Amino acid sequence: MSLLKVEKLSKEFGGVHAVEDLTFTVETGHIHSIIGPNGAGKTTLFNLITGVYTPSSGRVLFQDRLVSGMKPYELAALGMSRTFQNLQIFFNMQAIENVMVGHHLHLDRRFLPSLLRLPQVTRRDRECRDYCAGLMEFVGLGKYLDADAASMPYGALKRLEIARALAAQPKMLLLDEPAAGLNATESREIDEVIKKVASSGVTVVLVEHDMKMVMGISDQITALDYGRKLAEGTPAEVRANPEVVSAYLGTNG
Amino acid sequence: MNLMTARTGGLAALAIVVAVAPVGFSNSYFYDVGVNAMFNAIVCVGLNLLIGYAGQISLGHAGFFALGAYGSGILTERYGVPAIVALTLSAAVVGILAFAVARPILKLKGHYLAMATLGIGIIIHIVLKTEAGITGGPDGMSLGNFKMLGFTIKGDQMWYWVTGVLLIFAVWLSLNLIESPVGRALRAVHGSEVGAEVVGVDTSSYKVLVFVVSAVFASVVGSLFAHKNGFITPDIGSFFGSVHFVTMVVLGGMASVYGAVVGAVILTLLPQLLAVVEQYEAMILGVIMMGTMIFMPKGLLPSLMIKLKSREAGR
Repeated sequence: MSLLKVEKLSKEFGGVHAVEDLTFTVETGHIHSIIGPNGAGKTTLFNLITGVYTPSSGRVLFQDRLVSGMKPYELAALGMSRTFQNLQIFFNMQAIENVMVGHHLHLDRRFLPSLLRLPQVTRRDRECRDYCAGLMEFVGLGKYLDADAASMPYGALKRLEIARALAAQPKMLLLDEPAAGLNATESREIDEVIKKVASSGVTVVLVEHDMKMVMGISDQITALDYGRKLAEGTPAEVRANPEVVSAYLGTNG
Repeated sequence: MNLMTARTGGLAALAIVVAVAPVGFSNSYFYDVGVNAMFNAIVCVGLNLLIGYAGQISLGHAGFFALGAYGSGILTERYGVPAIVALTLSAAVVGILAFAVARPILKLKGHYLAMATLGIGIIIHIVLKTEAGITGGPDGMSLGNFKMLGFTIKGDQMWYWVTGVLLIFAVWLSLNLIESPVGRALRAVHGSEVGAEVVGVDTSSYKVLVFVVSAVFASVVGSLFAHKNGFITPDIGSFFGSVHFVTMVVLGGMASVYGAVVGAVILTLLPQLLAVVEQYEAMILGVIMMGTMIFMPKGLLPSLMIKLKSREAGR
């Protein structure tokens, strides 16, 4: 069954087609990678799927429901959450509070009970703190439980975003270059985290430049170039595709 | 657990300061200044939710303060409405007004938001000044004591205790909100709007909410101020008043409830201490604002806390 359907999706920025007439589907339970050279439209595609941008034309269906044009917070409520290539951490908060914001939709967030600090609000919030501490352990941030986000290194912040996105308990998680800027060891650890997430039943859509990682963990790959679909298939099929090879390495002569 | 003790400890410390301060008060003038300091503190605790925690700016809150004051004045004096009902009604109207203007203006950011809120404050000020038939115009209007359930609040000393209790209550409410999921969402809006949106935080609604809450805080204090003072003029809603509130928040410490209280108290006392140089008050305010931004952008209280912490760590 397909969880996400992208149909003839286009996005123009003042005459530049960042994404053009793109169609593909993501199957439930898969790790689906989007690859392509810099400027191929991968991040624009993520922004279109998650409601940060509205498409110029075409549509996005999530669980067979039309979602293009919906706001990001509405999509989050439907079960879609994401991370960012350029971090969107709440640097004014503690690490664990960042993750707790991720759990926002599952908490008692009525105004008056919050203002009066009613026991049910604080009890749910304590449970939330424990749950989020568990998520931080899950992504390997156990030693940052008491840290301020602003004091954490880059690699840890990448994982913090994953933990925050997981706290929303999504059906589909979109990861925008989770390994960018990480060293080989950190990159392998992220790799493990993604596999664990996928095996827990969350569908993963991944944008990544680290080909070793992509080829190793993906069930399905869609390759983009200049906003258009270049190829799709299993890692082996995509790797053997001559157009993909030339887009990445250039053609002879 | 740590948070719990810091929380009750802070509230207890505030209560002790409020209770003990009058020991040094030699006449009713001191009580009067104390009441005004706490009035400002309550406004700033509310305004800090908007500025310090949610990261939005308002240069129009004196307008909401003045609307609360005039709402109470007009309702009690012209229509004989009981003071507490007038206060509540005024706060409700201000809340609705804030809600109505919040959605369009909170779409704006930075300077644009500052300009829009500035405009609202100025409009309120002008309306109060020119609608002389209702408000008494630039000559102002007078109003009676605050009466409730056969009980009358009068005299600087009694006002001091009432305001003290209200300040502690306001700080308690504000702390509750900040430590709740709602408050976390507000701080997340400050941290990264798009980051908050993608995990389900409806950022525009939260911005509207905190704008309304802070406006209602200002309105309630405005009503009380009107009764305490017995006389109000449109100038309580002037642009200078709004800047005064913002300076208090910035000086005391953004995103610090007690910082807002400290800032309000310092800037209320300062003109009393510098009464000789009254004509330079605006200039001194400007210098304080600039100095704070340059030398301790986090504000007085948070900067002191950081210094204390690093000294402890150094031992």
